[in-house]
Amino acid sequence: MPEFGFSISKGRTIDFDLLDSARTAALEGDDSGLIKCMDCGTCTATCSAGAFSDFSIRKIHTMFRRGQYDGVAEALSKCMLCGKCTLVCPRSVNLRHAIIRMRQTLRTSVPDDDDLRHYLNVL
Amino acid sequence: MKNFSPFVIPFTVGLIILLAACCIKWVRWYRHFTPVQKSQIRKNLISVNLIRALVESVNECLLHHRVFRRNLMLGYMHGSIALGWFLLIVTGAVEAGLEVHGDRHVWVAVFLRYFVHDPEAVCPYAGIFAQVMDSLLLVVLSGVSLAFVKSVYHKVVGMRKVTRHTAFDLFAKYSLWFIFPMRLAAESATASLYPNGGWLTDAVGSLFSVETARLMELPLWGLYSFSLGLFFASMPFSRYMHIFTEVPVIFFRRLGVRETDRRSGYTMYELSACSRCGICIDDCPLNRDLDHKTVQPVYFLRDIRYKRPQLETAEDCLMCGRCQVECPVGLDLISIRRQMRDRGTLDTAGTYDYLEKVKPFNAIGRVGYFGGCMSHLTPGITESMKKIFDAAGQKYWYMDENGSVCCGRPLYQQGFSVQAAELRRKNTRLIKDSGVKILITSCPICYQSFTKEYRLEGVKVMHHSEYIAGLIASGRIVVTRGDESITYHDPCELGRGCGIYDEPRKVLEASGRLLKTGQEREKSLCCGHNLGNTLISFEEQGKIRDSALSNLTAPAPDIIATGCPMCKKALGTGNDLKIMDIAEVVARRLIFS
Ligand code: SF4
Ligand code: SF4
Ligand code: SF4
Ligand code: SF4
Repeated sequence: MPEFGFSISKGRTIDFDLLDSARTAALEGDDSGLIKCMDCGTCTATCSAGAFSDFSIRKIHTMFRRGQYDGVAEALSKCMLCGKCTLVCPRSVNLRHAIIRMRQTLRTSVPDDDDLRHYLNVL
Repeated sequence: MKNFSPFVIPFTVGLIILLAACCIKWVRWYRHFTPVQKSQIRKNLISVNLIRALVESVNECLLHHRVFRRNLMLGYMHGSIALGWFLLIVTGAVEAGLEVHGDRHVWVAVFLRYFVHDPEAVCPYAGIFAQVMDSLLLVVLSGVSLAFVKSVYHKVVGMRKVTRHTAFDLFAKYSLWFIFPMRLAAESATASLYPNGGWLTDAVGSLFSVETARLMELPLWGLYSFSLGLFFASMPFSRYMHIFTEVPVIFFRRLGVRETDRRSGYTMYELSACSRCGICIDDCPLNRDLDHKTVQPVYFLRDIRYKRPQLETAEDCLMCGRCQVECPVGLDLISIRRQMRDRGTLDTAGTYDYLEKVKPFNAIGRVGYFGGCMSHLTPGITESMKKIFDAAGQKYWYMDENGSVCCGRPLYQQGFSVQAAELRRKNTRLIKDSGVKILITSCPICYQSFTKEYRLEGVKVMHHSEYIAGLIASGRIVVTRGDESITYHDPCELGRGCGIYDEPRKVLEASGRLLKTGQEREKSLCCGHNLGNTLISFEEQGKIRDSALSNLTAPAPDIIATGCPMCKKALGTGNDLKIMDIAEVVARRLIFS
């Protein structure tokens, strides 16, 4: 692609063939309303855990919604469940509920596909 | 054998099953008490608490004092059956002691009229006994009739909804109902043949002709014995186990036994002490506003007791504590709910390493102020607190000004006790290392956590309403009293949770005209946003909030005040009413000298 004068950064590519959305599907029909998320980031902006670390709840649940589960369970365990994100979300996503459900869904096994690991740094 | 007839067998068998099952259960449960619980019992065994427990047992298990306070008819229904039957048994035993000599088997007192045909010949007081026993029987019968009416028309005892019982509970209930009419019929049949009746049995007995009475006497006694036997045998496995569990629960509680984070033998006692009276249903906001029908303690405890706990039921509860103040047995319903939320391997250790960089601050000589996570979303509260501190000339350390390390209670309530303990350790270190002697918080959730779940010896924890009330009383701040009318919303965590009802009211009375609302103090309504529930949606929370609001707006106040940032946020959404925190109400009326 050099002739176009720009290139697509490899890291930002999402290869849908590598994604496994089984666990995301398991959360569908659940009433947390995570599906309504518009990625505005208000949750991250107010997050108590985010005030002390690079923990970003928006990034984490977005990864989950995309079916990129690597590192998500571990990241979610840093949440303090304080509920500020839920209170501020303009789309009324019940994030506390979603956080617990995501952790439950991911409990049994986490996809150990190393190819997906880099997405953590991308989002 | 003297004083025996085959018809006593069903009763005797039932009684043996009942006693054996009770003993086995009691012993098994007791063995599962934690060492701490057992040492509590040993420590307090010889103390005045024992007498208090005895008084409470009589008040609650026989007189049903708490049920009476809720509704007279309901109290009468429970009390008449419990006390009436208890007195029947005791009086019957005394009478049998006076009238029967030798061969006084356990069934003799129960079927006394069948065995003693001419009591006046052996006991001069027999006539009085007969009248008393008949009157007692009538009292019990009136209670049973009321129970029957209640099962068709709940409103008669002031209940909107009654428990949906299992088939087995219904079976036990009907056998209980059957006992007393059968007793009346059997004793009346005998009374029409022999001179041993009282006013009631004589009257009913006069309806029998001698032939019918002869023919019916034995079958009626048989039916009476059979219904007793059925009821006794079903008791240990049905809701009626509460009769034999409530008393021990009262004693254990008075001796200082409390629920623990995990299920213990005491929990087993509490589970069985629930009578499934259904009193906890009507006022549960999830039932009243959302029509969630299966989550109230009556069903929740039953599911656990019969070993089919549902995670969904465990999670779907606001932990508002309203059911707990209504429960006549005084069960620790919130703790049991929390136990069932145990997250197992999800509850991971070592996840908050990132908090290492939050460093303690030397705050000796100052008071500590912890706004709490939610207060960051209600800056009006924290700003008002700063003004109040300044007005009082009080130096303070705003501990979480740059972000809160959560107190841990939201995690704790959701069953993540390991993670919650980690946050508690962090905050404890921050508080202790700072050297503060007084810690003030604006958030009732943090307040409850600091006072009950933390060990902060040497640090006095106060909710800001307590602190402000103290400042006003000691004259350290002066407020002008406005003529705006105010209604106060008791936050669940502050009121029912920590028993703080008066200080907020004192503060508000000093700043304006405080109006009464229909449901306040321990009967206050949850704002719908209690962090105890993660399941219900925003819309559902809104419905619960609207109920709370209609209670608060009924007296048409100028301001609705509360003492919790969460409640303030909740009440303020979706309307343009003036919702203020106590601190904000006071800060507006401060006079700076
Ligand atoms: S605040 Fe709500 S809508 Fe915005 S990113 Fe977070 S979850 Fe999505
Ligand atoms: S509940 Fe968790 S994700 Fe939400 S604001 Fe609190 S710490 Fe952040
Ligand atoms: S929990 Fe209490 S109020 Fe509810 S049914 Fe049981 S005894 Fe009655
Ligand atoms: S704590 Fe509140 S929400 Fe939960 S069952 Fe009791 S009354 Fe209902």
